[in-house]
Amino acid sequence: MPLTVDIQKKLGDFQLNVQFDTDDQPLALLGASGCGKSLTLRCIAGILTPDQGKIVLNGQTLFDSASHINLPPQQRRVGYLFQQYALFPNMSVRKNIAVAVPQKEKRQQVVQEKLRQFRLEAVADLRPGQLSGGQQQRTALARILALEPQAILLDEPLSALDSYLRYQLELELTETLEQFHGPVLWVSHDRGEAYRNCKNVCVLDRGQSQPLISLAELIHQPVTEAAARLSGCKNYADAVPQGSSVFLPQWGLTLSCSREVPDAVNRVGIRAHHIQPMETGVPCRVLRVIEDVFSTVILLMPDGAREGAPALRMELSKDVWAQLSNHDHIHVAIDPNHILLLQSKGETQ
Amino acid sequence: MDWFPLLNSLRIAAISTVIVFFLGILAAYYIARLPRAVKGVLDVILTLPLVLPPTVVGWLLLLLLGPRRPFGAWFLEVFDAKLVMTWWSAIFATVVVAFPLMYRTARGAFESFDQNLADAGRTLGRSNSWVFWHVQMPCCRQGIMAGAVLAFARGLGEYGATSMVAGYMPHRTATISTTVYHLWRTDNDAQALRWVVVNVALSAIFLLVINLLETKQQQKGGNR
Repeated sequence: MPLTVDIQKKLGDFQLNVQFDTDDQPLALLGASGCGKSLTLRCIAGILTPDQGKIVLNGQTLFDSASHINLPPQQRRVGYLFQQYALFPNMSVRKNIAVAVPQKEKRQQVVQEKLRQFRLEAVADLRPGQLSGGQQQRTALARILALEPQAILLDEPLSALDSYLRYQLELELTETLEQFHGPVLWVSHDRGEAYRNCKNVCVLDRGQSQPLISLAELIHQPVTEAAARLSGCKNYADAVPQGSSVFLPQWGLTLSCSREVPDAVNRVGIRAHHIQPMETGVPCRVLRVIEDVFSTVILLMPDGAREGAPALRMELSKDVWAQLSNHDHIHVAIDPNHILLLQSKGETQ
Repeated sequence: MDWFPLLNSLRIAAISTVIVFFLGILAAYYIARLPRAVKGVLDVILTLPLVLPPTVVGWLLLLLLGPRRPFGAWFLEVFDAKLVMTWWSAIFATVVVAFPLMYRTARGAFESFDQNLADAGRTLGRSNSWVFWHVQMPCCRQGIMAGAVLAFARGLGEYGATSMVAGYMPHRTATISTTVYHLWRTDNDAQALRWVVVNVALSAIFLLVINLLETKQQQKGGNR
């Protein structure tokens, strides 16, 4: 495998424990904020030293605690795209790119080539503070590629942008990465961004990495609650398996599933759009109605629910909700094919 | 009018600013990276000369440098020169007194420096010292210049410690501030007034130049 990572690091109360292998396909590192995504990238780039473990890139050992190998970042040739790009504010675009080319003879030529490739010739002598967001990103990418990196690490590359610009820059970024042959790690907290750009994903949950899965699996069959949350599922409840159905003590509900429920299942996830009004369904009180941009969000509480049970979030298209006669108390059905059966360790939210 | 005190004040302030510039940056750079507890203790020690009365600093300096004190005696024996009562003795005083100003402003500038920039430089293959001189120093330039300016101004106006370590000897150790004091003591108000005017003019020019440099800097920065 071109990139193998197996590292542990303790930072105060936080324990980072990450393992994965990846080939030349972009790999998404997905997780909630504070789960150790950036920390992992920093360890790979050599900015941070793990307590123990091993990092191997294209056959070269970058870090190995057992044999005391720890290459400095200067020797790793890993292109790191920082969240806010980390362009040097005191240097022109041209000089920023030139920083990555150590050989004096080649420098001029490489810089010229990158300026052309990234359409930066017109702004070559401006400083980062005078550039648009798109130009800044192109400068940062040009600078990384001038390094001729062995791998590229993207730390939430689009997080600082508004949604329209974001789409534009995502397209440019994807085009650039398609021409790069080597491992790419794409850190994100946005499943859509990851889905569009990566094939596989490594989910990080409070510092712990989970086995690699494809993004299709993450979205359609998440196995852990952390993965289900990242896939956009909004409703969770404790679950007790009962043959081919599950009992949800918090809501006092028994849901039939379309398959046998494994004994290890202890939580279920229910997507907001897999709940539909139905006369014969579960009777629920309407707690709150929220008008969203294209849909109506309804917070429900099943009649048999316990004190302190979480509300059930349902999303309907606006006209479906408008057609319902009773807006205070409704009956809903949950699609048995789409109940997410989850196994979670120590998660109690 | 004898211009020696002006010349002497300027050279003492200039030399001590150069020394304090490097010492202050060095201390700030390393201390900014230390753990909190160590940083706190060192910070107190290094800032002390700023809050101590200059006479206390002068007295402590004499304790170290005086010809009958260990270090002063050793220096006298080896180099056949006294460390006190020469024109350059005043540099000891101004360095100690001006150091905290340089150190504190430089440290503030270093602490607000975006560490990601340094990390970016390192992942792009550049050494720590390259990053320091080409990225960190230029980014912190305003703070560092402010520190140097304060240090120079403090050195120019130093009286208490200077008069104890270098004394007042016309044509040998006299500075503007010690000259004004001497002239006032000897009821020579007319002469004293001249030096006061010189000092005020010098300070005014100095501040004007700083303001000009600052506005130029802001125009050049041009951030959006």
